[in-house]
Amino acid sequence: MAKKIRVLVAKPGLDGHDRGAKIVARALRDAGMEVIYTGLHQTADMIVQTAIQEDVDVVGLSLLSGAHMTLFTDVLDLLKQKGMDDVLVVGGGIIPEGDVPELRKAGMKGIFGPGASVEEIVQFIQENVKG
Amino acid sequence: MSELSERVLRGDHRAIARMISYSEDGDPRAAEEMKLLHPHAGNAYVIGVTGVMGAGKSTLICELAREFRSRGKKVGVVAVDPTSPFTGGALLGDRIRMNELVSDPDIFIRSMGTRGMLGGIASAVFDAVEILDASGKDIVIVETVGVGQAEVDVIKVADTTMVVLVPGLGDSIQTIKAGIMEIADIFVVNKADRPGIERAVAEIESLLDLVQVPGQRRIPIIQTVARDRKGVPELVNEVEKHLSHLKGTDIFEKRRRVRYEAELVEIIRKKLMNLIFDETVFREKVDTLLDRIQERKLDPYSAADEILSNVLK
Repeated sequence: MAKKIRVLVAKPGLDGHDRGAKIVARALRDAGMEVIYTGLHQTADMIVQTAIQEDVDVVGLSLLSGAHMTLFTDVLDLLKQKGMDDVLVVGGGIIPEGDVPELRKAGMKGIFGPGASVEEIVQFIQENVKG
Repeated sequence: MSELSERVLRGDHRAIARMISYSEDGDPRAAEEMKLLHPHAGNAYVIGVTGVMGAGKSTLICELAREFRSRGKKVGVVAVDPTSPFTGGALLGDRIRMNELVSDPDIFIRSMGTRGMLGGIASAVFDAVEILDASGKDIVIVETVGVGQAEVDVIKVADTTMVVLVPGLGDSIQTIKAGIMEIADIFVVNKADRPGIERAVAEIESLLDLVQVPGQRRIPIIQTVARDRKGVPELVNEVEKHLSHLKGTDIFEKRRRVRYEAELVEIIRKKLMNLIFDETVFREKVDTLLDRIQERKLDPYSAADEILSNVLK
């Protein structure tokens, strides 16, 4: 049995727009991955606890509210704190170019703004996930 | 004792999660660790929850877990969802209904895809139950969609099995009764605030009348509205009553024996499958055999014999 890529798709904070997250979740599933979807309004702690229990290889965060600098970095920090730094973290949403360097520095490997294709996201995960 | 197993025994969630992954992936480390854990398991009470799609199983399990926690029990949940037979992928969404539980350190929830026949979901579920058991969880709840052989197999792990139905299924209760109705220890009619509840209960009652053996335990029907937490304490009381019923007879030990037999058979099946379908050997051999089958120089039965004779020599 080959190891399957397990991905957590989560929506942190008070943003109620999850169509994008669901479309990405389906695309990842169709690419043969196991996708755990937790629904809306997740706190950083909920996301990290879920990532631990589900033993995921990838955490995908989606946020359209503009609070990504706070919420994404909260999740990244907590993952590190819990020793989960081997997990690939990617994020998507309305993220201005100017915020990208800081998010990368915080440990977010892939950042997908408006216009990113699902194929791009699938390929990025397949290429960057640790076996 | 290995470092990983030691952490599992201490209830470390990361270690539990990693062990379950090893088992799901068929990693050779899984078997070694499971050997170490087996002597420490056997204390958890296992509840199977199955039933039609959309019956509210995940919501019900969330409330069951909450109720057990309020009674001082530690809870593990294994939620099984189907894997696509076409892409091998799965969308596991049971946690959406269980979000409120996630920050409780004494609750562990794991989602699993069925991963097709060769993956052997049953053995991964058996392992997950044993891992959670050894880690000190008092209650382990296993959720499956109640269709298909694999899922009926999975439910063999349970000491108490709940079949969850909803009002308005009408005659479809008749159609799902085969296979699923027989395994129920407790019937739950969820969404009991919906129209048609009396009829649904009456239909189950009349089915039970048909199978009732005089002098034996009658399978109870519990009405719940899981969303509003209604009927859930009563349901947990019923589980406890079922437990003492089992413990009062030799049924409890008999059931555990059935579980270990199912587990044993599953491990052997999986090992044989891996032996036969070992990618490197099988692929090479099967391609030449398939060529001959297609050219009508060989039939599939003889080809199967040829493959098996290589394994069983």
